[in-house]
Order: sequence, then structure tokens, then C-alpha cells
Amino acid sequence: MAANLNLYSFQIKEKWHSILLGHLNHICEEFIMETKFNFLKEKSQALRKDIIDTIYNAGSGHPGGSLSVVDILTVLYYSVMNIDSSRPKDENRDRLVLSKGHVAPALYCVLADKGFFDKKELKTLRKPGSILQGHPDMKKTPGIEISTGSLGQGLSAANGMALAARVDNKSYNVFAILGDGEIQEGQIWEAAMTAAHYKLNKLIAIVDSNGLQIDGPVCEVMGVEPIDEKFRAFGWDTIVIDGHNHEEIYYAVALAKKSKEKPTAIIAKTVKGKGVSFMENCCEWHGHGINKEQAAQALADLGVR
Amino acid sequence: MSKNISTREAYGKALADFGQEYKDMVVLDADVSKCTMTVYFAEKYPNRFFNVGISEADMVTTAAGLATCGKIPFVSAFAVFAAGRAFDQVRNSVAYPKLNVKIGATHAGITIGEDGGTHQSIEDIALMRAVPNMAILSPADAVETRAAVKAALEYYGPVYIRLGRPAQAAIFNEEDYSFELGKGAVIKEGNDAAIFSTGVMTAKAIEAAEVLKAEGINARVVNIHTIKPIDRDIIIKAAKETKGIVTVEDHNVIGGLGSAISEVLAQEHPAKMKMVGIEDQFGVSGTSDQLMEIFGLSVENIVNKVKGVLQESIG
Repeated sequence: MAANLNLYSFQIKEKWHSILLGHLNHICEEFIMETKFNFLKEKSQALRKDIIDTIYNAGSGHPGGSLSVVDILTVLYYSVMNIDSSRPKDENRDRLVLSKGHVAPALYCVLADKGFFDKKELKTLRKPGSILQGHPDMKKTPGIEISTGSLGQGLSAANGMALAARVDNKSYNVFAILGDGEIQEGQIWEAAMTAAHYKLNKLIAIVDSNGLQIDGPVCEVMGVEPIDEKFRAFGWDTIVIDGHNHEEIYYAVALAKKSKEKPTAIIAKTVKGKGVSFMENCCEWHGHGINKEQAAQALADLGVR
Repeated sequence: MSKNISTREAYGKALADFGQEYKDMVVLDADVSKCTMTVYFAEKYPNRFFNVGISEADMVTTAAGLATCGKIPFVSAFAVFAAGRAFDQVRNSVAYPKLNVKIGATHAGITIGEDGGTHQSIEDIALMRAVPNMAILSPADAVETRAAVKAALEYYGPVYIRLGRPAQAAIFNEEDYSFELGKGAVIKEGNDAAIFSTGVMTAKAIEAAEVLKAEGINARVVNIHTIKPIDRDIIIKAAKETKGIVTVEDHNVIGGLGSAISEVLAQEHPAKMKMVGIEDQFGVSGTSDQLMEIFGLSVENIVNKVKGVLQESIG
């Protein structure tokens, strides 16, 4: 009897123990995630500063889209993707295709910060001899998976990478970053068909939907809405999120990674020029150099200097 | 001597044959696998074959993505679409990053026949020649096609392989044929004039040389299976050793083989020269043989051009 009682109390203890542990785990997890998201938010702000510096030094470039896409890139590169700058050609790495190649400064700042190349290179952007071309060049820049710049082609390239994974029985994810203006290119929809036809479930396209293109608002130049319904009609899963909310980006990608049959399009609503008062929602800042005063104002807006 | 089969047929068979040795080969098609003959590969290696439907642009960039992962993709389409419709994809996604993509462009030139001008690619060599990093192969018969596919597999970088639709007279023997990318080959000796030909026109060039020989004119026949990089030495040598050059191609006389050779000659060793090719006009419907007569891709025209070049060199 005494032995039984002991066993009984032991079991109760165990039960409480596990419940407590569960709670503790949950609390820890919440704490870890909160820390993670705080880190990501700070990282994005720091990268915004780098973007401004980089485009200011270059004398030309695309600040508007670079600032709208940077939160997406931050979440992917710092909390989602399996990549390691010391093994940039690892066969099992996740791939990212920057289909909207003109926002290269954002990706360059991320890659430099991740150690793919020396941060000093950022000062050479768009200059002769630089490893940093105006648009991504896989031959010159470590960490660039494929050269892009001619809009509309990146989704097809991402399909090719996902098909290669299938042929080789590998399980890496492929991310394609598209612009909402860019999806006016017909090839995007050819590729959207191909991805759904081949059930490329490891493919995740993220549309940086900042609503502006060179000639004005996307809805005025050539309407693309409803983007999510279009992708759904093409056989994709879709998720619409706030593209500046790191938690939403993170959980949307986590959900997309669980897809068994379909590619996923995440439509990230963003603000062109996000974080810089005079650039926000202003299509003139699609492609435009930044002068000294503007750079100072931008950095003040970002509150990082 | 091999049978008279089209170079596209030989291409399809070569892909299927080399699939075993080259495990990284993948083949893409845009709904014309039964015309480009990639169907042979598709039947043998269904897991390494991707039909993307009627979307050549998507096909070419998809191949670029596959190439970044170590694959050797062959994309196939009619030449008019591979080089024309998907030009920007070939330029920016494949050639600019020098990816290891091979473009099997079939039904090239007016010899595609009845489909007419919309489908007759007479400018693809010109387009591809102007793109840096691009190699261009233009085999003359089945044996040479097989060798060209093998050479493309062994070469790292973009290759445009220009192939024809109609059955093609066999020219080479498999046993004693060797192919070196970037090298032309003298297939008939002669020092009066030199005929430079490529692709489906080499058979006609040989015939023309025989007609000339019967009239006492010894024409050298040089087969150019690699239009880019062009064999400069064989061109300069012919210019030095003969009285004139005639180029023969199923392509616009602007931007094709004739242009490539004249660029070398004008800079290295100016020589009398005439071109046989499409005279800067679109084709029409008709059989392959009819069109070759109508557009001057004929033995008679080659013979006359050779005589003309000789006459001018005397005058």
C-alpha cells in the first residue's frame, strides 16, 4: 500500500511537472519569439539605413522598392532560410530569386550583413569594377542565385530551381520575390501555370505589393488586382499579409512551407519608400538618386543616427 | 553512310542516347516534342523531361533556373520562337550569366516549308550571333548533329543548335567523322574558289562543287558547323589560296554565315565574295524544294555565284 501510494504521488507529481513544463515551454517560446521579432524589427531598421547609405553613395538606384521589400527579406534571411555564407554553394540551401531585380540594394545590404561579401563593397554599387551591378548578377556577387533585372522572368527561374530539387530528391525551398507592377509581364502567368501544373509546393512567391510603378499607381497604369484571386485561379494557395509586419511575414511563410501540393503566393501589402517620410507612397522615388540633405533627412526619419 | 534523316530527328535520337551517360541532362519542350523529336527523351526519361506548354519564354528561363542547380537543360522549340519570341529570356536569363543551357532550335530557315513566313526563321543566326557568350552550331546532317549535341554537352555555357525540318542527305560517315567546336572543315579540296556553307545547305554546296568540277572549276567546299565562335584561320587560308569566296546558308544574307565570314575577311584579308541566302525578305508557303528554288538556295545559284566571283577576280 505504501509503495502504491508512493507511486501514485509520483505520478501526480509527474503530471504536474509536465503541465508546468508545458507552461514554461510556452512562456519560453513566447519570449523567444518576441525576442526574435524584436531582433528582426531592429535588423530591418538597420538595413534601411544601409540602403539609404548605399544608394546615396551610388548616386542612383531604386530606394522606393528597396524600402518596401526589406522587411520581407529580413524575415527570410534572418529567421527562415537555410543559408550559410561560409557555404554559399551548399546543394541543400534554400534559394531566393529577386525577380524584381531593381531593388538589388536591399538584397546587397542583407547579403553583406550576412557575410557573403565585405560590407565595404556596398560603397562601390553601380560603379565600374564593382561586384555590385545595378541589377543582380550571379557571376559577380556571392549569394545571388540568378541574374535578374528584365522583369517577369524570376518566377520561371524559381520554377526551374524547384524542378531541379524534385529531380534530385532534395527538399529545399525556393522563394521568388515579385513586384506588383512586375506581374503585368505575361511570363509571370506562364510561370504561374507551370508551378501549379508541376505542383511545386516548395515554391513560395512573395509579391511586394507597394501599389506604385514608374508611371504612377499600379491601378492607374495597368490594374493587377485582385492579385490573390488571380493566383488562386491559377492553382496556387494564397495568403494576404501586411508586408511590414514581421510576425505576419514569418507565420505566412511557415504556413506556406507546410503546403503539400500547391505553390503559395504571399501577397504582402507594403508601402513604397517605407520609413522615410518624403519617399513613402511617392512613385517618383521608384528610381532616383539621393542627395546629401535627403540622405540626412532619411536617416533622421529612420531614427538610427 | 547514314540514312537520309532530318537533323531534328538526329537531335532527338542523340538526346535520348546521351541521357544515360549524362545524368544531369534535362529536356524541356513547349508543346512541340513530337516535332522537335524530344519525345524520344521524354519516353525514356519521363522524370527528366518537362513540357511547359506553349510558353517558350517561360521554358527558357525555367531552364536557366535548372542550370543554376547543376542541370544541363536542353530547351527545344522552332527556331523562330526559340531565338525570336524568347530572345530576351535567352539574352538575360541564359547568356548574360553564361548558364549551361542548350537551345535545340528546329525547323530553322525557309526549308520548314508549307507553314510559311511566320514560321520560317531567317534571322535567328543574326540574333544569336549578336549575343555575347552564345555559341552557335549548325550541323549539316545526322552524323554531324549527333556530334554537335555531344560537343554541346561537353562545352560549358549556352549553345544554340540550329536544326532543319526536312530529311537531309547523308554527308558524313559516323566511323571517320570528328567534330571540334569552333573549327570548320574542308570537305572538298579545290583552289579556284571556296564555298563556305552551313546546315542544310552543305549538301547543295557539295553538289554545286561537282557541277563546277565537270566544267573545269575546282571549288573548295568548307563546312562551317560552328558559326560562333567562327574559325578565322580556315577563312583566311581560303581567301589566300583561292580567287574568291561564296557563302551559302538558309538564312537572311544579313547577319548570318555570310556576314560572319565577311567580318573576318574585311579585317584580315579582303577578298572577292558573294553570298547565297535569303535576300532580306520573308518566306512564303511551299514545299522545301520549291522554296529553295524560288529563293535561290539552289545548286544553280551557287554555281553562278562561284562563276561570278571568279569573273570579277579576273576583271
